[in-house]
Amino acid sequence: MMSEQQLQQATFEYTLRLGDDALVLGHRISEWVRNGPFLEEDIAYGNVALDYIGRARMFYGYAAELADDGRTEDSFAYTRSEREFSNLLINELPRGDFAYSQVRQLLVDIYANLFLTRLLQSKDATLAAIAAKAIKESRYHLRRSREWVIRLGDGTEESQHRCQLALDDIWGYSHEMFEMDALEQQLADAGIGVDVSSLRDDWLVQIREILAEATLQLPADDWKVSGGRDGYHTEFLGHLLTELQIVHRSYPGCQW
Amino acid sequence: MQRIPLISQEQQQRIALRNQPDTTRLWQILDAVKDPEIPALSIWDLGVLQDIEVSNDGVLVIITPTYSGCPAMDTIADDIRAALAAAAISPVRVRTRLAPAWTTDWLSAKGREQLRSYGIAPPEQSGADELTPDSGISCPHCGSVQTRRISEFGSTACKALFRCNDCSEPFDYFKKI
Ligand SMILES: [Zn+2]
Repeated sequence: MMSEQQLQQATFEYTLRLGDDALVLGHRISEWVRNGPFLEEDIAYGNVALDYIGRARMFYGYAAELADDGRTEDSFAYTRSEREFSNLLINELPRGDFAYSQVRQLLVDIYANLFLTRLLQSKDATLAAIAAKAIKESRYHLRRSREWVIRLGDGTEESQHRCQLALDDIWGYSHEMFEMDALEQQLADAGIGVDVSSLRDDWLVQIREILAEATLQLPADDWKVSGGRDGYHTEFLGHLLTELQIVHRSYPGCQW
Repeated sequence: MQRIPLISQEQQQRIALRNQPDTTRLWQILDAVKDPEIPALSIWDLGVLQDIEVSNDGVLVIITPTYSGCPAMDTIADDIRAALAAAAISPVRVRTRLAPAWTTDWLSAKGREQLRSYGIAPPEQSGADELTPDSGISCPHCGSVQTRRISEFGSTACKALFRCNDCSEPFDYFKKI
């Protein structure tokens, strides 16, 4: 049984993880702005990126409230190094080509809808409130990534090939989304966090159905990478943070 | 006799808030605060303005974001403080509340009409999944329902992009959430 204080500390770390997931993916998606294949998709990516960055602000804002030590949402976003970031690795992978980004988005969107549906039931009122806002957006995200993966997969030889390559490349990073560590187990037991290990069956059912329609092959579960929650990242996160944090690092404490 | 309510329960509850005698004047002052992206629409009619509480500590204004990443929230909070300061009301605090999550059901009837005359189609009842339909949203320019969705994501997070088959004009649709 955890004390009130331990529970608050654990909730803080958990909230920070969710904020890191949202910020890192939001930044990745924002790289498509002005690089989209056509105007509507460019705008759509801008919208989705904004949803994720807004989500990061809500989680970081709540983490700052829980920490209550003077740190703000900006401290979490701009002044931590990559070893201090605890996002899942799938979120930091480079954007790749359009197929790559849509395949990643599909895997993450299905997960997000399942995850947020559970987080709605959290005993922590703020986490439940953030989930209630975010899930409305994630439904739209999923409809878009689903349509794109089907369209590209069941498209030309080239688009199908690129989708399959992306899927094979990203698949090994998807397992980490369903891993539980001691912290997440404690919070799941306390009714605050989500037991993500129980989400994979439902996730897989949806993935199989969409991949079948997209004429894509489900990759074999023969390799997996994890470590993001412990601060062990791919080389890509450092580069991402360099760009994300450059202004704040150059002019500490600047406001704009 | 069977009574058929003309407004939703959400709207009824919201209007009841405004009728508390100690805040009536404050609500009226804040009617002048508009959404920065749709200047025709007040933050009340949009449903962003949630509640006003008066206590010994001053006035607390509670707002809620439409979408998580809505970049207008900071401007709205500043505008609220400015409007109340102009009426010599202080101190004022503005707090953002996340639950219950904003829903297009909070758009007032007046707000819906203002959206339409601004060229934005107001949200409509859609299918069971509540997502944006791919056709049939009525065109704010000519009223035709012969329209089709061009993109689920429009100029801002709260809008989708449509085109009218009759007058050929593109238009924004305020998504139902
Ligand atoms: Zn028309």
